[in-house]
Amino acid sequence: MDGFIHQIFSGIATGGIYASVALALVMIYQSTHHVNFAQGEMATFSTFIAYTLIQAGVPYWVALVATFAISFAMGVAIERIFLRPMANAPELSSVGVFIGLLLIYTSISGWIFGYTIKTFPTPFDTGHPMLGGFVSGHELGATAVTLVVLLSVYAFFRFTRLGLAMRAAAYNPVSSRLVGVRVGWMLALGWGLAAGIGAIAGCMVAPIVFLDPNMMAGILLYSFAGALLGGITNPLGAVLGGFAVGVIENIGGAYIVGTELKLTMALVIIVAVLTVKPSGLLGKTVQSRV
Amino acid sequence: MTTATDARILGGGGTPTLEAKDLHAAYGLIRVLHGISFVVDDGGITALLGANGAGKTTTLRAVCNMVRTEGQILLKGERIDGRATEEIVRQGVAHVPDGRGTFLELTVEENMRLGSYTRYDKDVEGDRERMFGYFPKLKERYRQQAGTLSGGEQQMLAIARALLLRPKLLLLDEPSFGLAPLIVKGIFEIMQRINVEEKVAILLVEQNASLALKIADRAYLLETGRIVFSGPAAEIRQDESIRRSYLGY
Repeated sequence: MDGFIHQIFSGIATGGIYASVALALVMIYQSTHHVNFAQGEMATFSTFIAYTLIQAGVPYWVALVATFAISFAMGVAIERIFLRPMANAPELSSVGVFIGLLLIYTSISGWIFGYTIKTFPTPFDTGHPMLGGFVSGHELGATAVTLVVLLSVYAFFRFTRLGLAMRAAAYNPVSSRLVGVRVGWMLALGWGLAAGIGAIAGCMVAPIVFLDPNMMAGILLYSFAGALLGGITNPLGAVLGGFAVGVIENIGGAYIVGTELKLTMALVIIVAVLTVKPSGLLGKTVQSRV
Repeated sequence: MTTATDARILGGGGTPTLEAKDLHAAYGLIRVLHGISFVVDDGGITALLGANGAGKTTTLRAVCNMVRTEGQILLKGERIDGRATEEIVRQGVAHVPDGRGTFLELTVEENMRLGSYTRYDKDVEGDRERMFGYFPKLKERYRQQAGTLSGGEQQMLAIARALLLRPKLLLLDEPSFGLAPLIVKGIFEIMQRINVEEKVAILLVEQNASLALKIADRAYLLETGRIVFSGPAAEIRQDESIRRSYLGY
């Protein structure tokens, strides 16, 4: 029984990472109707930046904030440079750009930082298990950081003028222009925010899975499964879906399929959701008038 | 018959709020406007009339650069043609598009906040209260999702959203569309009040010609992308042959 509770807790901890990346995916999906396949590799690259900063002696939290800022700027730049010219291009062109970005980011990460697996530091006390021994200090801390990120993102979208404008631009770009919202920049900010969220998720997961250029490949799959499960049109759904997938993955890995086949469960979830309820648990069914 | 250029002389002098010269517009290869010129006087209401497909909605879209456009457009004497839609809006052109452009997923409150998105002055609160004065329904529905409003309420919301920009010019596309006659009457009365009280010039596109001519001071009659008649609204109202052949009432 203790083992079971432990699996649930660490499932929630990794689920938080999936939730963050799922939110990043949904943010871009909502405004562009594209899934950014390079989201994970962008996050990996950001994690390498944080690693380099920390190795250079920058305090952990300063490095984390700086990484967020750098990743944000990179996200904005990518939207402006690569995606903006694709605004009116067919869907497949954007997919091509995403796959290109994925390959470029993986290669650049490996080229600059090397392919050897690195241990990534955690700022949390890992010596003593917390909450009656069920979670490690890092899992607890990472979950807390994730929750802070998710709540900040929620507050930003819910309570600020810019957040409202970004939501409006995603829902209705034409009307947004008619109230003076610079829609192109809102998309770029969305990319920046997604990249920043991904960066923090990367830094939180790196101490658990170790850092290498392919670190996020599996995580992106779980996150995508989480986003689909909760509903890719609903940010809250995606976040809950991310947590759920984390728990399902851990319990399934421990008791049902074994650790070797864990990633298969992400694919099973994706296929199951798309077959049974494509809009996800909380997502809206997209209706279009004929 | 008065032409568009004569119509300028009819106006009361001063720089008009909006002046369009030789406006052409096209959707892809399909040309919709073939060189039209018109003015909206300072503080005036200009009505664009015509049948379906005459180019009325396109004219409004051309003013906001929402369609491929050629020709000059001057807002208070300043060229605005060729600029991005959101920049034209920021110059003081509020557009209530056909279909009302409601942010259906957002609340009434958020819709109204978006109306004043570009403003940082302290009068926003007061302006919002004044909108409740014109449209008390919006206050009742303030926290409600805008998609749940009736057509008339959405029209009110669209007008309030546009006015919260504090525009120099209000472009209204078929405010009567799909609404019950009684509601239409109410909205037109309020539009007249808004024109005076908010000191905003209005360019009104309307199928319901008799209603539009009642509140407009100047009118243009469009037929397949060309202006076939223009003049003071009162004159057109009294011209029986025009009324019969073009306006159908």
